[in-house]
Amino acid sequence: MMDKLIFGRYIPGTSWIHKLDPRAKLLGTIIFIGIIFLANNWQTYLLLLVFALGAIHLSNIKLSFFINGVKPLIWLILFTVVLQVLFTGGSTIYFDWGPIIVSQEGLINGVFIFCRFVLIIFMSTLLTLTTMPLSLTDAIEYLLRPLKVIKVPVYEIALMLSIALRFVPTLMDETEKIMNAQRARGVDFGEGNIFQQMKAIVPILIPLFVSSFNRAEELATAMEARGYKGGEGRTKYRKLDWVSRDTVAMLVYALLTVGLVVFRN
Amino acid sequence: MDITFEKVGYTYQKGTPFQNRALYDIDLHIKEGSFTALVGHTGSGKSTVLQHLNALMKPSEGTVTIGDRIITAQTDNKNLKSIRKKVGIVFQFPESQLFEETVAKDIAFGPKNFGATEEEGLELAKRMLPIVGLDESYLERSPFDLSGGQMRRVAIAGVLAMEPEVLVLDEPTAGLDPQGRKEMMDMFYRLYRTQGITIILVTHQMDDVANYADHMVVLEKGTVIKEGAPQEVFKDAEWLESKQLGVPSAVSFGSLLSQKTGLFLNELPLTTGNLADEIAKALKLQSVATEEGDAQ
Repeated sequence: MMDKLIFGRYIPGTSWIHKLDPRAKLLGTIIFIGIIFLANNWQTYLLLLVFALGAIHLSNIKLSFFINGVKPLIWLILFTVVLQVLFTGGSTIYFDWGPIIVSQEGLINGVFIFCRFVLIIFMSTLLTLTTMPLSLTDAIEYLLRPLKVIKVPVYEIALMLSIALRFVPTLMDETEKIMNAQRARGVDFGEGNIFQQMKAIVPILIPLFVSSFNRAEELATAMEARGYKGGEGRTKYRKLDWVSRDTVAMLVYALLTVGLVVFRN
Repeated sequence: MDITFEKVGYTYQKGTPFQNRALYDIDLHIKEGSFTALVGHTGSGKSTVLQHLNALMKPSEGTVTIGDRIITAQTDNKNLKSIRKKVGIVFQFPESQLFEETVAKDIAFGPKNFGATEEEGLELAKRMLPIVGLDESYLERSPFDLSGGQMRRVAIAGVLAMEPEVLVLDEPTAGLDPQGRKEMMDMFYRLYRTQGITIILVTHQMDDVANYADHMVVLEKGTVIKEGAPQEVFKDAEWLESKQLGVPSAVSFGSLLSQKTGLFLNELPLTTGNLADEIAKALKLQSVATEEGDAQ
């Protein structure tokens, strides 16, 4: 069931992108998602596309992985695009039927939204495919640091994040296991009407919760036994290293932003 | 009900960058009423094979024949229930599959999925509990109040309640104390003996294989590398050790004994009972031989 999900997985490698500081990559992805809204004509979208494809090329990961990453979301994207196309008014109208209007502006908007979705998915997939989840939490912790001033428990958030990320695959395995066990006992998943389908979830959900509680308790005990007392006064094992490569990446982003501002209408 | 594998291969996440071949070219035949042990080191594909036995997984290549149903890669996911009723699987650490409010309801869950009524299900629950060694007082308790060992018994009762013809056990005794281990294995053996249930046991305990199984399949790197009676397979201890497997303690003790003392053991002793018999026989032969020697 989750076999097809590419998004959120990590592929080990040694490419230029892989070696970037996770902070640079995370910041870059956030910037990218921000500046994508600057684009409003074909030149700017082309620029973004070239940038994304260039980044993908640098990562040494096949483009087909990224396209696979878009596939599970394609219906959501198409749904949004179709809504956009059907309900945008404009000056050049091709088709008019009550509230449904197909206009030139609508069509162009639809294409742009499609590009926006695909580009955002490409770049965030690039981030997760080339960054280890743990480095990502380190980066998040670092970037959230300023929030300490307003009493946000940054360290605790980072700890929870890294534990959560660590247990995602474990819980997926566990889900798979419990599903199989219940299927062997005659449960049909994904069959029948919506109520039957919802009822079929109960035999997975309850064991999953119970085992999560047990796991949390065991983990907490094990952490205490190893001398964990909270965030204060701890040192770090993984140190983040900002090198010239990362500055270069940031500069490229700055250039991209300037380019978008210049070329947009 | 026989289960036959013909040229079965399985690939996880086929068609994605993470695809991973788990099985290839498996030919396997499990006869009705046999007690088959499936052994192999960790990651050899045992659990993948196991999920093919009741069509939880469909082979990527080849065919699996379960009774009169033929499962191939093209088989539809619907209408597999009848297979799942006939082939019950007790997964590793089955206690994690419990979810109902009471033990009785949880045991009745399987039968109800296969069309039994509420009353029939509860009746079955009542019948199954003594088989796994718990009494009726447990029926109305919450499964989550029980100890680990008792939870496992309830989970196994839940599978037995489906009254399967073939029972597949994936390391049913992992994490149990020696007493619980023996009770559990004896219980399965009793089912096999008295009710003629076909049993397929996945295990790392060679002693269990020697004590109970009449057929043995050795897996390595996703394919069958040896198949036969335990007597045959355990003969070559060195070969087994090279495959990261061992021999039962009776076999290793027996061979050490004949090495050190020169005592000749006629047959390969699989169980401690066998070993004792063989030693007694060998000693008798020896004393006869010395008496004859003395007489001359």
